[in-house]
Amino acid sequence: MNPVLQRLTRFVTARETGILLALVIVVAITTIVNPRFLFSGDGFRDLLLTPSILLLVAVGQAIVIITRNVDLSVGSVLGLSAYLTGRVFIDLPWLPWPAVFLIGILFGGLLGLLNGALVAFAKVPSLVITLGTLYAFRGINVLWTGSDRINASDMPTDFLALGTSALAGIPYLTILAIVVLVIAGWFLRTQRAGRELYAIGSDPSAAHLYGLKVTQRTLAAFVVCGALAGLGGVLYAARYGTVNSQAGSGWELDAVGAAVIGGVAIFGGSGTVWGAAIGAYLLLTISRALPVVGVPDFWQGAVVGALILGAIVLDRLLALRTARRLRDVHARERKEVTS
Amino acid sequence: MSDTILADKPVRTYRDYGRPLWRRILLTHEMAIIGLLVLVYIVAYVSVPGFAGPLTIQYLLPNVAAVLLIALPMTLIIVTGEIDLSVASTAGLAGVAFGIANNAGLGVGVALVVALLVGVAAGAVNGFFITVVGLPSLAVTIGTLALFRGLAVGLVGTDRIGDFPAEMRSLVLDRIPGTPIPNIIVLFVVLALVFALVLHFTPAGRGIFAIGLSSEAARFSGVRIERTKFLLFVVSGLVSAVAGIYYALKTNVSLADNTAGLELSVIAAVLLGGVSIFGGRGALHGVIAGVLLIGFVGSALRLAGLTSDVISIVTGVLLVASVVATSFLAWLRVKRVVPGGKKGSPGPV
Amino acid sequence: MFNRKIRATAVAGIALTVALVATGCAAGTGDTGGDTGGDANYSITFLPKNLGNAYFDTSDAGGAEAIEEFGGTYAEVGPATATPDSQVSFIDTAAQQGVGGLVVSANDPDALCDSLNTARDNGMKVVTFDSDVNADCRDLFINQADAEGIAKVEVDLIAEQIGGAGQVAILSAAATATNQNAWIDIMTEYIASDYPDIELVEVVYGDDDDQTSFDKTAGLLSTYPELKGIISPTTVGISAAARYLSTSEFKGKVALTGLGTPNQMRDYVLDGTVTAFALWNPGDLGYLAAYATKALIDGDITGAEGDEFDAGKLGSYTVGANGTVLLGDPFTFNADNIGDFDF
Repeated sequence: MNPVLQRLTRFVTARETGILLALVIVVAITTIVNPRFLFSGDGFRDLLLTPSILLLVAVGQAIVIITRNVDLSVGSVLGLSAYLTGRVFIDLPWLPWPAVFLIGILFGGLLGLLNGALVAFAKVPSLVITLGTLYAFRGINVLWTGSDRINASDMPTDFLALGTSALAGIPYLTILAIVVLVIAGWFLRTQRAGRELYAIGSDPSAAHLYGLKVTQRTLAAFVVCGALAGLGGVLYAARYGTVNSQAGSGWELDAVGAAVIGGVAIFGGSGTVWGAAIGAYLLLTISRALPVVGVPDFWQGAVVGALILGAIVLDRLLALRTARRLRDVHARERKEVTS
Repeated sequence: MSDTILADKPVRTYRDYGRPLWRRILLTHEMAIIGLLVLVYIVAYVSVPGFAGPLTIQYLLPNVAAVLLIALPMTLIIVTGEIDLSVASTAGLAGVAFGIANNAGLGVGVALVVALLVGVAAGAVNGFFITVVGLPSLAVTIGTLALFRGLAVGLVGTDRIGDFPAEMRSLVLDRIPGTPIPNIIVLFVVLALVFALVLHFTPAGRGIFAIGLSSEAARFSGVRIERTKFLLFVVSGLVSAVAGIYYALKTNVSLADNTAGLELSVIAAVLLGGVSIFGGRGALHGVIAGVLLIGFVGSALRLAGLTSDVISIVTGVLLVASVVATSFLAWLRVKRVVPGGKKGSPGPV
Repeated sequence: MFNRKIRATAVAGIALTVALVATGCAAGTGDTGGDTGGDANYSITFLPKNLGNAYFDTSDAGGAEAIEEFGGTYAEVGPATATPDSQVSFIDTAAQQGVGGLVVSANDPDALCDSLNTARDNGMKVVTFDSDVNADCRDLFINQADAEGIAKVEVDLIAEQIGGAGQVAILSAAATATNQNAWIDIMTEYIASDYPDIELVEVVYGDDDDQTSFDKTAGLLSTYPELKGIISPTTVGISAAARYLSTSEFKGKVALTGLGTPNQMRDYVLDGTVTAFALWNPGDLGYLAAYATKALIDGDITGAEGDEFDAGKLGSYTVGANGTVLLGDPFTFNADNIGDFDF
């Protein structure tokens, strides 16, 4: 088979393509109903912009899930980081504003490190640890923020412009999110450390026995996830302009949902950040599309739930088909050897 | 589950039975939580103004009743190594169904049946995807968490369905004369006894533990894994529906977002009560103590003038500390039994 | 094994005990102020819908000012999120603490009733403000302005700004918010009767959440290309909508009005995104609620229609039907007068 065709076949049969197709269909139908959904300055911008922050968080979440863990604290980390961003502008006005990105990423990474350390060293399941830190981080946020809120007027206009404006029609936030996505996708696909994350997720004990640095890699996955949630917090402040103590609450389910819809197996070892990213777009675009096509606002949650169930059932069917094909191939090979 | 973890288990089990009976009963995670509960109660009783009165318990019990109820099936499900994140959404949906049926003039009896059937159906949907299709419960119930809540929101939207019959409300909410205990707690106690009997004193209960410890071993020893799990999810839906009906009666209104977020409170309490998220370990008295511990700490802190922020920090730290302590103790034990022995990789989610 | 487990439990227990004792002591010293207000128990707790809400910060500050004037003890507690039953445990706690009065803005008219009535049975006075509960579970309701007046002023404002014709939408708070739903009902009728050329195309719900309101505004504008105006009868909604409009192509083309606070809206009024919006003074609302609570505690009034009481700098007020006290008419803010206000 020629290599171009081969690559095309791989693309068409990839799990991510199905989700991408679903996304395209949703956008197409909605645009037919109301052309402004896509063909207007703000329509196109919002289509790209709205899911960008969730995309970052979902990419981090996917990396953690691939190692057979989960991070439920991302929403709380995002909230803390968003408030921190505002505080930095108020308390350290002399700091050049791009520095907040570094601060947000480091801060998120630090919180991720705490999660990771508890999971990797204390050998406690991540679901429990991050459920605990979900509460604890949010509590710290409310304690710290109190009734305070960061308003748009507290932040430099250049910084706020970053959250809403665009370069050649593509919002800065989206460009940033895509850069992060490409780096993460490249790393997981081609780098040794990235491949090891899959190995760890497929079978932690085997990975350990094989000599992979399970503890270290798990820790790193949590740090990256925290850092991306931290970055998400900075961008949240830029996009929405106001931050109170509840920023980002409930995002953990969206992030896990996006990863699962995008084909990242909840028990680790398979899936890509590309899938998670498309999942994030599908999740939020559907929410925005429903009212346009005339489904009342209220049914959004039900559709999202059905979508998640559909995605995992689809994954299961695909996995069964692959398993059967592998079995067939195996049987054929054995027959060839014996004959 | 990793092989290394399985390999550790016989070592631990032998040690458990090598200890005298009193140690086996007293020195457990459950007893530690109960001890902590008593300690918190005494300290708060002495030092927090206003805590000593009967009002504390009178207020606490109605507020934790829904969590207490759902914690029962949740314990059994987590012991099998599965999880049900959709319980609060099921409760919300059942509450809404109860309200709609009652409002439609079908009468309270019919409304009750409808709501309970909704719960059973919700549990059966979970059970179907998990046991028949063979999907991981974490993923399925994240989906149904969104789905069931979405259905509730879609059904009632902004409407407020309320005004339940006063007799029905007082049947559930009135206190047993002379005590600060509302009637719903009686139902809870009965259910708790049933669940405890099943889990700790019947072959079915041992089967549930066996599934959580090693589902393959359980299968070979004749435990019907799929059927057991399916039934547990149906029971979870049913009890969640009871909690949802109770909640609607208590607030006297069925809103689409009734009990939203309750699943995290339930799971936090169950894990705090010493149930292992890996399955195979846990006991109901620990879980009940876990629910009450979180409740009492909350009311003590609120009385001391602290608000929701500190309470959620304490809840989170308690949860993390309790599992880290358990894990740390297990590690010490392994280290003592196997000198220089190192435990294997961290387990799965 | 034995020692270790005991030790771990003991350490955890002691840590928690220390925390409890410390907070218990702190609360003890703080509470003594409540008993010094003479015979009457002037310790009054404010319970807003949620913390971190600029509107309630202002109203509760007004309450604090009044309580200081008559020498009571002020406290503010509240849940982090405005869900229907999240206020129950705070009402219970206030009753246990034996405070004299509770001033509450209810997240739900029914869900709080049992709790409030138990507290009232224990001698606590309950005054609602901003958002009422059922009349039989509170002593008084301090109404910011009657629903009719609020609804009409908003419709009149938008009609004036869009020239009396075209599509408008409403960006509300939570779908269950008592006030907003009442106002929306009146607005719908008023539009139908007095402005037949205005079409109300949709009501969307931002849940009084900044981000949701922001996204819903974006959704409205892409769904209805012909949209001429948005009414947002909630302070969170209007400022989120204004922020979206101010950076979008619709700035100055789609009119926005509703209820907002001057500090949140100042920038958008000055940059032309918003022409005019309405509100009462939330500080006065809290102030009046505190004085009404005092009058109830003193036994000067019982909440019956016709009762009269003194409200410090605001003068004297009379209780109306259904135990309601009306603060006054809403005030319209625009570019000319917004500089005079700071709340």
